[in-house]
Amino acid sequence: MDQFVTAFTIFVLAVFVGFEVIRKVPPPLHTPLTSASNAVSGITVVGALALAGHEGTLVEVLTFLAIVLATVNVVGGYGVTNRMLKMFKKG
Amino acid sequence: MSSGVVNLAYLIAAVCFIVAFKMMSSPRSAARGNTISSFGMLLAIVITVLQTKSLNVTLVASALLVGTAIGAWLAKSTSMTGMPQMVALLNGFGGGASLLVAGASLHAGDASGLQALIATGLSGIIGAVTFSGSLVAYGKLEEWKFLDGLRPKGHQAIVATLFASSIFAMVPMIVSPPGEMWFWIACAIASFLGVLLVVAIGGADMPVVICLLNSYSGLAAASTGFVLNNSMLIIAGSLVGASGLILTQIMCKAMNRSMANVILGAMDASTAAKADDVYGGKVKSASAEELAMLLADAQTIVIVPGYGLAVSQGQHALKDLASKLTARGAKVTYAIHPVAGRMPGHMNVLLAEADIPYDQVKEMDDINPEFKETDVAIVIGANDIVNPIAREPKGNPIAGMPILDVDQARTVIVLKRSLSPGFAGIPNPLFALPNTLMFYADGKKGLSDLATALKDA
Repeated sequence: MDQFVTAFTIFVLAVFVGFEVIRKVPPPLHTPLTSASNAVSGITVVGALALAGHEGTLVEVLTFLAIVLATVNVVGGYGVTNRMLKMFKKG
Repeated sequence: MSSGVVNLAYLIAAVCFIVAFKMMSSPRSAARGNTISSFGMLLAIVITVLQTKSLNVTLVASALLVGTAIGAWLAKSTSMTGMPQMVALLNGFGGGASLLVAGASLHAGDASGLQALIATGLSGIIGAVTFSGSLVAYGKLEEWKFLDGLRPKGHQAIVATLFASSIFAMVPMIVSPPGEMWFWIACAIASFLGVLLVVAIGGADMPVVICLLNSYSGLAAASTGFVLNNSMLIIAGSLVGASGLILTQIMCKAMNRSMANVILGAMDASTAAKADDVYGGKVKSASAEELAMLLADAQTIVIVPGYGLAVSQGQHALKDLASKLTARGAKVTYAIHPVAGRMPGHMNVLLAEADIPYDQVKEMDDINPEFKETDVAIVIGANDIVNPIAREPKGNPIAGMPILDVDQARTVIVLKRSLSPGFAGIPNPLFALPNTLMFYADGKKGLSDLATALKDA
């Protein structure tokens, strides 16, 4: 129970931080914001990597697929965000 | 490696993500922020690889390699026009990954205790909805025809039933673990739910759906954090969840609709006036040459891009026309409605791609007072976002939606292929106003014809 409350506290605080910080992103950057958060949600890759020490075909297949999907998310998300942000120029 | 060092590294990664989102508050710092965020991600991955016991190196290396190759290829090959599809696909992958991690940790016996089991269930359900919903969103954005108009009778009741049964199916897994079969049954039901939720949503609401799925992919990652009791995953996931939710709210506000109405309600165009009554004999059209003469004398010009510009890939032709107008001494600005295009901010990216400086691009609230002083407003492939009947308090599907006040400009040029209605399915009285001239053409072709005609004007 203690463990859950700690985790939940972190969750609630992080949501507040997220709202405060991300509210200030201006509308012209909303597409890069979305693709950047795509990349950040690829953080699940950490969860998948932590499972890569287990043996057994099913776990290995699931873990492999999870790492692939999350890595596509990370690399694709950061890559495309970078491409977009480099195009924004002041007149 | 001691768990202290690992957790410290995770904290640094989480701080990198927050700092990066903060740096997105300005286009000047945003690109550096993205680099910082990716550094945080790299750090998190490296630390996890180093601390995982008896790591299967071949599996990890090959999976990272395959994922990196696909991700890099996607990032490089996606066109700016296709950005909504790309984001939809990535949302889906994120959800899918969370679902797989939950399934794998359940099978490996890592998920034990009430917290971890409930979180595993949630990870599975949210992940599955995100995965299947995003794939359908991708298909709809790619305009796969078989996905059109699929809205079963009793849609809301079916959605509610599926949602309840996916939650219910998780109960046996939580009560008597591992119960893997129940986990996968719940995920299958949730996948079906995701398909049903997105398939019924209209084209105009696509920006909302993309934001919402983005938010879900973050929540799925956060619940994976609860499964593994990993604070950094929880923080990163909730940041994404918050980001998606904020954008969803902004989009809903810009359409004057509630989130529930977007997700569960269909737009009803039947109450609107008939096209013949609105347009009958009142619509005037003009040729590129006539319009070029008009533009040649204009001092202030506001350009309103819509989805039609994106599909015709006309952003470079637009820049070309705008340069010619500026060279003749006109002041050219761009006005962007919050829901123009198919994802928030999409138009800004397209204009940026065509080297249009971002300080010439104005948001709705800033530009609206200026239309009264505008000589010519050029609407390119936009419809509902400039429809004056939205100003009526009720009686039509877009009533109360804030719009760009282009009808207040001295002359309005509407570049559009035909008089066909926009996403809302209703006629637009703007096209029949005395100060409006229709220019029937494909976005890109029309813009380059105007530019050519302007040379001779």
